[in-house]
Amino acid sequence: MPTTPSSQSPSETEEKEPLHKRKAAKVDRLAELMGDRSDDGHGAGIWREAFGRMRRSPMAITGAIIVVVFVLVALLSPLIAPYSPTAQTWGSEVFPNRNEFVGPRAENWLGLDHLGRDLFSRMVIGARQTLMVGVVATFVGFLFGALLGGVAGACTVLGGRWGRQIDNVIMRVIDMMLALPSLLLAVTVAALVGPSLTTVMLAVGIAQIPIFARLLRGAMISQGNREYVLAAQAMGVRNHKITLTHILPNSMGPVLVQSTLTLATAIIDAAALSYLGLGNPDANFPEWGTMLSEAQRFLSSAPALAVYPALGIIITALGFTLLGESLREALDPKLRK
Amino acid sequence: MLRFIVRRLLQLIPTLGGLSILLFVWLQRLPGGPEYALLPDDATPEQREMLRRSLGLDEPLMVQYLAFLRRIAQGDLGTSLQTSRPVLDEFLLRFPATFELGLTAILIAVVIGLPLGYLAARRRGTILDFAAVGGSLLGICTPVFFLAFILKVVFAEGMGLFPSAFRLAPGITRTDITGFVVLDGVMTREWDVVWDALAHLALPGLALASIPLAVITRMTRASVLEVMQEDYVRTANAKGLNRTTVRTRHVLRNALLPVVTAVGLLTGSLFAGAVLTESVFAFPGIGSFVYIATQERDYPVLTGFILLIATMYVFINLLVDISYSLLDPRVRAQ
Repeated sequence: MPTTPSSQSPSETEEKEPLHKRKAAKVDRLAELMGDRSDDGHGAGIWREAFGRMRRSPMAITGAIIVVVFVLVALLSPLIAPYSPTAQTWGSEVFPNRNEFVGPRAENWLGLDHLGRDLFSRMVIGARQTLMVGVVATFVGFLFGALLGGVAGACTVLGGRWGRQIDNVIMRVIDMMLALPSLLLAVTVAALVGPSLTTVMLAVGIAQIPIFARLLRGAMISQGNREYVLAAQAMGVRNHKITLTHILPNSMGPVLVQSTLTLATAIIDAAALSYLGLGNPDANFPEWGTMLSEAQRFLSSAPALAVYPALGIIITALGFTLLGESLREALDPKLRK
Repeated sequence: MLRFIVRRLLQLIPTLGGLSILLFVWLQRLPGGPEYALLPDDATPEQREMLRRSLGLDEPLMVQYLAFLRRIAQGDLGTSLQTSRPVLDEFLLRFPATFELGLTAILIAVVIGLPLGYLAARRRGTILDFAAVGGSLLGICTPVFFLAFILKVVFAEGMGLFPSAFRLAPGITRTDITGFVVLDGVMTREWDVVWDALAHLALPGLALASIPLAVITRMTRASVLEVMQEDYVRTANAKGLNRTTVRTRHVLRNALLPVVTAVGLLTGSLFAGAVLTESVFAFPGIGSFVYIATQERDYPVLTGFILLIATMYVFINLLVDISYSLLDPRVRAQ
């Protein structure tokens, strides 16, 4: 919260600063207080405050820049990519068997891959696929996790004895899913359904469900013990309305933070799935994870082929992680000063 | 204390039970079912039906499930499609290698991560803190198999500092007692074997340690920062207690609680990491075996692996809970 005006003595500032500056400071202060007041009723204060704190954090800014650049490249990729990512236009110039590769040059900014395709175009188009895998996987995890966790949380808070039983059953299922490391869960799903882009997105997403569920349930239970829920109950507000309009919006903070972090995990996990041979087998859609695992074979002769997609994955994951971590810090009441 | 352990053990029953149902359903859903996996493609429908009957696949699901549970309880995880040997035997054969690798990784992570996280918290805002936080973020964001490849290409193939594959150099002879190479070497005083085994463990161990190291560093740092703000630390300092005592008995002891949990939770992901690292270094453990199983769609091995990990995870977390209650009396009281 902003410091109250009474904390600094007005007489001191009056002596030191010229009149116009004092006036400006007063107006600023007034605006700040007014701004705060208008927020109070709407519950936007914590988010505005968090945003203000993030704007001053170099960690958050770095993360935001990386994420914005990545998303822009991914969305505009067909416009940016100079060549087709799949056309083996320069196939006659590259001989992986003889360790002859083509590095960066005027027409191919990052050089050629092992089949004579333009690496820059593949990286740019790959960004789009990678973003899609990350977003869809996160959405799957978020949707089902929030559904399970939300039901469990609502049942615990408002459902009485029966509700706690339902919560118990749901949480046992979640614990079971949590007992399998996320990557293995993804491997299981992928091995079961067979490799495809949908499989990768589903597999990585399903693996994230228990985390989202636990987080939302925990947040909802802690919100459920607040006075405003009791007040709403006393006023006779219906249970589903309390859940949807009171508890849920106040519990979304940690879940949103987790979504940002999950985007990073999803991109890394998708790369690992590709390495295990469970990635997208469709060569028409280059994806950084697939490119990286294909390039491993040439790591000693043409390291650049692996390093570009690897750097893409690392930097993007880092961007989302930085953003998520700084958001978490900004929202954490313990760290507020 | 005993009541606490018994209660936690009882809580395991529904989790393990549910897990077994999940696995059973998964086995049922395998493409084509086991009779396709066991018979050649040109088998007649009559032959398939006979096999189904001999495997008990025509029984009601409940009967099949109970039979499945009985088999698991007897340690029968099925037969590997690659080697035609029992899955459990294959795992036991490779377990010592993976155990040594996992232990190396956890040791690296704890020995570096704990002091690093502690120092980063004590010197918050310094270059050391910045490097620790940045380094661990980078560690989490780097795909494990890529790190393994880089380590192999740079330190093994490029500089030749470490061997690039296997558990021991090809020419070396050793006395096998337990299957644990390092332990055997120490027991028989074959120091060249110990040295060679450790050299083979270094790079895969480092690659596997990357994520635990990052997690432990971050957890320790965050936890120490939080505990240092507690009232009891201020009180202890204010009453003039010896600084070292405050740091070890008050700060460190309380800060370690969440870290212990994190190490327990990491065991599962360590196995997943082992699949990625062992395959890069051709390390003959469970991980490489499972890596080939994913390539070959060797379902019995995959199922067995999942069962193995889930069971280990559940029991390791039981141990974590027990050690937690030893460290923190409040947990016991609940």
